[in-house]
Amino acid sequence: MTKVQNVVILGSGPAGLTAAIYAARANLQPLLFEGEPSSTVDQPGGQLMLTTDVENYPGFVDGIMGPELMGRFRQQAARFGTNVLTQRVDRVDFSERPFRLWSEGTEHRAHAVIVATGAQSRMLGLESERRLLGHGLSTCATCDGFFFKGQNIAVVGGGDSAIEEATFLTKFADKVTIVHRRKELRASKIMQDRAFRNPKIDFQWESEVTEILGETRVEGLQLNDVTTGEGSRLDVTGVFVAIGHIPNTAIFSGQLDIETSGYIKTITGSTHTSVEGVFACGDVQDSTYRQAITAAGSGCMAAIDVERWLEEHHEAPADMAETPTNW
Amino acid sequence: MAGSISQVSEATFDEEIKGSNEPVLVDFWADWCGPCHAVAPILEEIATEKAGVLRIAKLNVDENPGIASRFGVQSIPTMILFKDGKATDLRIVGAKSKSALLTEITPYI
Repeated sequence: MTKVQNVVILGSGPAGLTAAIYAARANLQPLLFEGEPSSTVDQPGGQLMLTTDVENYPGFVDGIMGPELMGRFRQQAARFGTNVLTQRVDRVDFSERPFRLWSEGTEHRAHAVIVATGAQSRMLGLESERRLLGHGLSTCATCDGFFFKGQNIAVVGGGDSAIEEATFLTKFADKVTIVHRRKELRASKIMQDRAFRNPKIDFQWESEVTEILGETRVEGLQLNDVTTGEGSRLDVTGVFVAIGHIPNTAIFSGQLDIETSGYIKTITGSTHTSVEGVFACGDVQDSTYRQAITAAGSGCMAAIDVERWLEEHHEAPADMAETPTNW
Repeated sequence: MAGSISQVSEATFDEEIKGSNEPVLVDFWADWCGPCHAVAPILEEIATEKAGVLRIAKLNVDENPGIASRFGVQSIPTMILFKDGKATDLRIVGAKSKSALLTEITPYI
């Protein structure tokens, strides 16, 4: 049988790595599955890996690049003895303790689990997305902005991510049109002001993308006016989609209580999930705040919850381990 | 240069691709691209493991935009497999895990 870990952490964004820092400093020798490389936000380091300047993380007066910030989190977690595997857990069994998790066909066992798998970018769900990915449709503005020098491109969405991407892309593109379903942005005030002041940014309000046009490369967007139902065409050679996120909870289906919106349910004021000994932190359980600092804060809470829970239950006989805790 | 990754440029690209006995997987990348850095160590492992049947070469798109544009690369990392000096239809867009990359590459080598 494999060794039973004190705590396994799934995910390596601000939540997972902060949980690792605290758990490692509590001598729990956490095992952390950081995920696998990808060109979407679903990758080691999480959503911040595809951003540029992070200006609201306290302590960095002049801002810090997202990937650099996450590199520092990771180093700090490693410094205190976190064991990091660049793998993704693809199956879990939380029905009995110790819990079991599988990655690349190998079984791992753990007394406690922290779920910090975050969220991935929502796509439009159009068949054309598959065909045109890498041919004008991109999931990574920081990677691919360079290829759109002097071109007219579109960013779909109206939140902070959309505005950040659009602003970044004006370094390369001649014109960036923000296509948004509503008539006002959801982004923070400072981001909105930046977008409205930028002469290269245009807005296509109350419009839905019904198709990305082009056979072998992006040639335009088919739009639908959500108030009149009228169709129109926007000629662009590049498209970036930033219409929100979906929590990564597929592997926990049937194992943990999950909201209909896809977020893991936690007991208010804690990181306890519906299964004793399994804790959740960061964007996978937060539909409200979804910031790096709140994710990090809840990662800290999860590690402290785990430490206390292990103290109470770790070496308890099986019958005692069933005793409900005070939540 | 079995097992190691070579850097190709606009000046050396055609010669390196045509002159290779093995298929060559060209990794289009740039320094500013995080996912490119994430996939680089995986490509090194694959180059070592597949030495003799596959070569891997890196092309910096920032320094060599002409080659990137010739093959319609608009997203990085993009990995294109060349055989007998010509691009095959194996074109991998985006960083992936080692097992996912091998699943795509293996049928071609």
